This record gives sequence, C-alpha cells and structure tokens, in this order.
Amino acid sequence: MDSMTIIAVASIITAGLTIAIGVIGPSLGEGRAVATALTSLAQQPDASATITRTLFVGLAMIESTAIYCFVVSMILLFANPFWNQAIAQVAGK
Amino acid sequence: MRLSPDEVIFWQVGFFKLNATIVYTWGLMLVLAVGSKLITRRLSMGLERSRWQNLLEVVITAIEKQLEEVGLSQPRTYLGFLGTLFLFVALSALFTVFPGYEPPTGSLSTTAALALCVLVAVPLFGIEEQGFGGYLKSYMEPTVIMLPFNIVSEISRTLALAVRLFGNMMSGAMIMGILLSITPFIFPVVMTLLGLLTGMVQAYIFFILAAVYVAAATQVRKLEPKPQPQPKAEPNP
Repeated sequence: MDSMTIIAVASIITAGLTIAIGVIGPSLGEGRAVATALTSLAQQPDASATITRTLFVGLAMIESTAIYCFVVSMILLFANPFWNQAIAQVAGK
Repeated sequence: MRLSPDEVIFWQVGFFKLNATIVYTWGLMLVLAVGSKLITRRLSMGLERSRWQNLLEVVITAIEKQLEEVGLSQPRTYLGFLGTLFLFVALSALFTVFPGYEPPTGSLSTTAALALCVLVAVPLFGIEEQGFGGYLKSYMEPTVIMLPFNIVSEISRTLALAVRLFGNMMSGAMIMGILLSITPFIFPVVMTLLGLLTGMVQAYIFFILAAVYVAAATQVRKLEPKPQPQPKAEPNP
C-alpha cells in the first residue's frame, strides 16, 4: 500500500467512525429532552408556547454537536486536506 | 459531489470569481430590499390595506413579540439587526422551492460572515446600553477568574453559530444529492419538505440565539433587585 491508499483507507474508516460514535451522545440527549418536554407539556398545557420554544432551542444546541461530527466526516470524505497534500507531493515528484 | 455552492462558478476573471454563493446572496438581498421598499411605498393607516402590507405587519409583530419574550424590553432598537438576520436566513431556506437554487447559507463563508456580524454587534449593543467600562466589567462577572472563560465562550459560541447553520443547510443539500441518485422518484420531495422545516427552525434558532446573546450583553446591569413592596402589616387583632 502506498501512502495515498493509506490516507484514503484511514479517511473513510475515520469518517464512518466519527459519525457513528459522535451521534450516540446527541441522540440520547435529544431523546431525554423530548421526553421531559412531553411530560411537562402533559402536566401544564398552558405553558406550551414557552416549553416548545425552549425545547427547539435546546434541541438545536444538542444537535449541533452531532452536526460538528457530520461536518468533520464530510470534510474527511470530500475536502480532505491530507489527500490534497499527498496529491501535491506526488505531482511534485 | 459538491460540498457548498462556493464551487459553482458562473464567471471568473483572474482571481475574482463570481460563484453561486455571491450571486444568490445578492439576489436575496435584492428581493428583500426591493420587496420591502415596494410594499412600504404605499402604506395605509386605515382598515383597508394591501395583502402585502398585512404580511409584513404579521412578520414584524411576530419578530417583535419573540424579542420581547427573550427579554429585550425595547425590541424596536434591535429589530433592524436581528430581524434582518432572521429574514435573510429564513428566506434563503424558503427559496429552495425554486429549482436550480442553492441556499447561500450552505456555504461556510456566508454563515461565518453572519456569525461575525453577531460577534461584533453584541459588544456594540452592550456598550451602547451600559457604557464602555460597564460592558468590560461584565466580562469579570462573577469574579476576575472567569475572565478567560468569558472570552473563550464569546469566541466558541460564534464558531458554533456558524458551523451549526452551515452543517444543517449543507446536510440538507447533501441528503438531496444522495437520495436523487438512489431513489429519484418520491423521496426527494419528502426530504425537500423536511428541509424546508429544518431551514425555518434553523433560521429561528439563529435569530433566537443572537437575541439571547444581545439580551445577555445589555441586561447585566438591570438585574438589580427591584424595591420590593413592603409586606402588608398583619392586621392587629
């Protein structure tokens, strides 16, 4: 295996692992947040506007960690800086 | 596969590139500016009003109400900045119903620019409200030890704002591209609908977070305890 293949294999495997492991935490957190919000909605339906707004903002904050993982894996797959460097080195030879 | 509309280049002269992000951003700005200029040209104060004026009034009053609920007691001061942020992000997500359009917020340059606007505007609003020294002192709340943490949080939340909006918009476009190559029949329509919903939610979240940051910068001093009304004396038996 030359260096290009090693970089490609490492990037693809790391991208998959990044999105797979990184999504576990946010999904558990979002599930807990929605469950708690539903409980409080059932208990006090009058405060539904406030609860829904806070829930949406909180969900977005939690989800952003998953989005970071997604962005990192997309960068690894489609805009890999190491890949470009390796190509430049090969072309420079 | 393209990662952002930055890579669609319409026209290029040397270093200067005219890519899809710039074109669609200016298109959106034209639609927003010319549209609101046209609508507000003939405003009516009576009961009879055009439907476009009605639309603008609904949007503006809704934004003002949200700003008030966040804690900005005078929403008119911040309506120009925060409302424009919301309208721009929401419109850029809404226009995905037109074929061939790509949301400019799917490019990290646009979202970073918007987040930098928030980063600059928050201290300006804070200084305007509490004065220069008062605002700087708010970095040392509650103790001096918190100074580096406050500065780091200021920077990290700007990064989070930019990457969150970029990631959501980019993932919508990316999912569309993948689905079009796998199941090109019905599913892309459903995912476009979902993308409209998430675009609106992201616009709302960007706007609400910016409003919360502004509120936190302008309200630090107003937390002094109000003079409590004296408890009524127990009626003597």
